[in-house]
Amino acid sequence: MSILILAFIITFSQVLLGIAMGCATFRVLRGPRAHDRVLGLDTLYVNAMLLLLTYGIQTGRTLYFEAALAIGLLGFAGTVALAKFLMRGEVIE
Amino acid sequence: MIQAPDLPLWAALIVGMMVLLGATIALIGSIGLVQLKSFYDRVHAPTLGATLGTGAILIASIICFSVLRSRPVVHEILIAVFVTLTTPVTLMLLARAALYRDRSEGATHVPTDGGEADDSLAS
Repeated sequence: MSILILAFIITFSQVLLGIAMGCATFRVLRGPRAHDRVLGLDTLYVNAMLLLLTYGIQTGRTLYFEAALAIGLLGFAGTVALAKFLMRGEVIE
Repeated sequence: MIQAPDLPLWAALIVGMMVLLGATIALIGSIGLVQLKSFYDRVHAPTLGATLGTGAILIASIICFSVLRSRPVVHEILIAVFVTLTTPVTLMLLARAALYRDRSEGATHVPTDGGEADDSLAS
């Protein structure tokens, strides 16, 4: 019984995180300026990382944890590169 | 895909509450990203999901895997340390880039420095 309730709660949390990713995607598509879109992208990858972690809890495999770690690392690099591009007009000086 | 790990009741309670809390906080932050009006308001909203939401889901993951493997599994701390270090850096870079772009275009709604704001209040 407790397993069924836990499964329902985890699935509901995944739906909530999916809605959060939808909000971030709305800001990426709509956002009036370029820095709004970069902010939406930042939120999008953080939410995707959390969604992968909930999949890891659900299945009990550590594979999803490694994928979440890779998303965190590469998302940071991407957002810093985009912010520097908005600031300077070039990424590598 | 209804599926859950085979946890005892106390661990299932803690894991469920933490996952639900983290997902709700991340959703609140993302709704703030949609609802708030200016960029300088919006840049604060996603930090909810990046700090408290990530922390809650990582605690749930640590408890879940520690109970499943019946030994302490703490590699999730890597993600916690990394996200805590990188989120302020990225958002400060982004806010400075936005400030630079807005000022170079002469926009009117740009937040001012602390000193300038005090001067305008005094005069």
